[in-house]
Amino acid sequence: MNASNLIESVHLGTPEGVAHAGVIGSHVLQPNTLDTSHRVILYLEDITVEFDGFRALNKLSLTVDRGELRCIIGPNGAGKTTMMDVITGKTRPDSGSAFFGQTIDLLRTTETEIAVLGIGRKFQKPTVFENHTVLQNLALAQKGNRGLWECLWSKPTAEELHQRDEIAKLIRLQEVLSRRAGDLSHGQKQWLEIGMLLMQDPALILLDEPVAGMTDAETERTAELILTLKERHSLIVVEHDMDFVAQLASKVTVLHEGSVLAEGSLADVQNNERVIEVYLGR
Amino acid sequence: MKLTESKLIALARGFFIAAAVLALWLPVGHLLLPADSALHVSAFWLTLIGKFMCFAILALAMDLIWGFGGILSLGQGLFFALGGYAFGMYLMREIGLDGVYKSPLPDFMVFLDWKAYPWYWAFTEHFAYALALVVLVPGVIAFLFGYLAFRSRIKGVYFSIITQALTFAAMLAFFRNDMGFGGNNGFTDFKRILGFSITSGGMRVVLYSLSIAALVGCYFLCRKLIASRYGQVLTAVRDGESRLMFLGYRTLHFKLFAWTLAAVMSGIAGALYVPQVGIINPSEMSPAQSIEVAIWTAVGGRATLIGPILGAFTVNAAKSYFTVAFPQLWLFFLGAIFIGVTLFLPRGIAGLWQKLIERARANA
Repeated sequence: MNASNLIESVHLGTPEGVAHAGVIGSHVLQPNTLDTSHRVILYLEDITVEFDGFRALNKLSLTVDRGELRCIIGPNGAGKTTMMDVITGKTRPDSGSAFFGQTIDLLRTTETEIAVLGIGRKFQKPTVFENHTVLQNLALAQKGNRGLWECLWSKPTAEELHQRDEIAKLIRLQEVLSRRAGDLSHGQKQWLEIGMLLMQDPALILLDEPVAGMTDAETERTAELILTLKERHSLIVVEHDMDFVAQLASKVTVLHEGSVLAEGSLADVQNNERVIEVYLGR
Repeated sequence: MKLTESKLIALARGFFIAAAVLALWLPVGHLLLPADSALHVSAFWLTLIGKFMCFAILALAMDLIWGFGGILSLGQGLFFALGGYAFGMYLMREIGLDGVYKSPLPDFMVFLDWKAYPWYWAFTEHFAYALALVVLVPGVIAFLFGYLAFRSRIKGVYFSIITQALTFAAMLAFFRNDMGFGGNNGFTDFKRILGFSITSGGMRVVLYSLSIAALVGCYFLCRKLIASRYGQVLTAVRDGESRLMFLGYRTLHFKLFAWTLAAVMSGIAGALYVPQVGIINPSEMSPAQSIEVAIWTAVGGRATLIGPILGAFTVNAAKSYFTVAFPQLWLFFLGAIFIGVTLFLPRGIAGLWQKLIERARANA
């Protein structure tokens, strides 16, 4: 989005006073529109979440850039899932701030709104609609109007059909489009779930242990899939499987006791003394 | 003889063609053949099958909300009865001065010493208004009830119990004489529709034909609905409502639409039922009646549309036979059917059929 153009149109179209109200510095603030003009898509700052005295997140700060693939690792109880819950609005932090792009305050946005604004999350357990076919699952998740009236009357446009096709190819399920989702293998269900996320075209995708329970071949295939997604989406992947993280070859953040312990390439963090200490318990 | 897939399909096709021929033969046999002919169809048979058609519409409505939407209503008989009462009001008006007391008021009102119709009987002498009531009364009540229940996220067994309580409460209210709906006797002794005698052969055939037309119409409407994107969403509500809400669907609207439509279909079925059997009383709202509707649907096979229609015919044919041959045993038999279907045919008659087809395919 070209900021200077916008300012100009605002100046032309509305009285001076109103025009200035929306302009801070060289920016036009547009509510509920993702603004990644500073490259960053997700800011978390000093997030603290406390459950009955237990600090699940302790002044966690993290930024993820537009188009970045970030892996989050850490021992059990490090706060990985809680962090995802905060980003998707499921858990409200006790303090700190969280922004999606420059303008969207995640702490003032409901769970459904966050999903609509463009943060998609895949849970650990696949939750596809088992009695629907693969294609029907993709169609249900497709971005577009979800109103009763539209569902009664509208036919899918050529563009929508094309998108279903594309995504099905991407997740390698184009051969089994008419199969019941309940009859898919575990790995295929996980891919279908990722496909359903992609149908909504989210700017930021959160994947919680995407390869848990997968065979080696499926794991490798999932890594390939995630690497293709990186071009169009920003991704945060939480994973325990180090081989898988190595295949993704991305920047890695290590969480420990609710805050960031180390950040860098996988090789860097693996050689980091504090990380070794935490993982090996020395 | 081995049953191959094509033989099975031919068998099914033969069955449906025979059923259709029979259904079309009944009115012809009733009207055109002399009463002493071997193929003459008596008024008893014509109205019996017409009644089954109305039950089949009710089962179809049940399948839409329960089979596809996962909403088990144990009070569908209420909407059936409301449709019946709405049309019954018109039928009572048509009696005119031919009642026992020769009064312009229905006999039960004379008996109560009422001097005029209560306000809610206004305009019911108009046929078109009565038809509108048949659709609007069940529709509006279902909409209001459904909106409150679904908005409060009441579902599963809690919803079923509330619908059961709703129909029970309505039954108790209709039992009261001063409700103005004839108390426990309800409406009966109908004489005419639009001036034509209700017991004439022609009128019977018209009512029977309308019942078939309504059943076929409702069947194709449901089929179209299920095949649409709406149908996909409705079945997804059944299988994973919270997941669907997370995808951004307002499931309340989708449930409410199916729920209201099913109530309207039930009301239409009730309105066709009443002139054929000649009576409507509060026992139609008894909880047991509504539970029977769920049994027809389960026996036929949920979420198949055609299954519940077959289920309604099968169970009611059995009921007609048993209540005459072994009247004390009918409820035991009904219970046995339900247990048997739940244990051995979880997907009903339609599921049995699919199993046969799959077996034939595997053997091929």
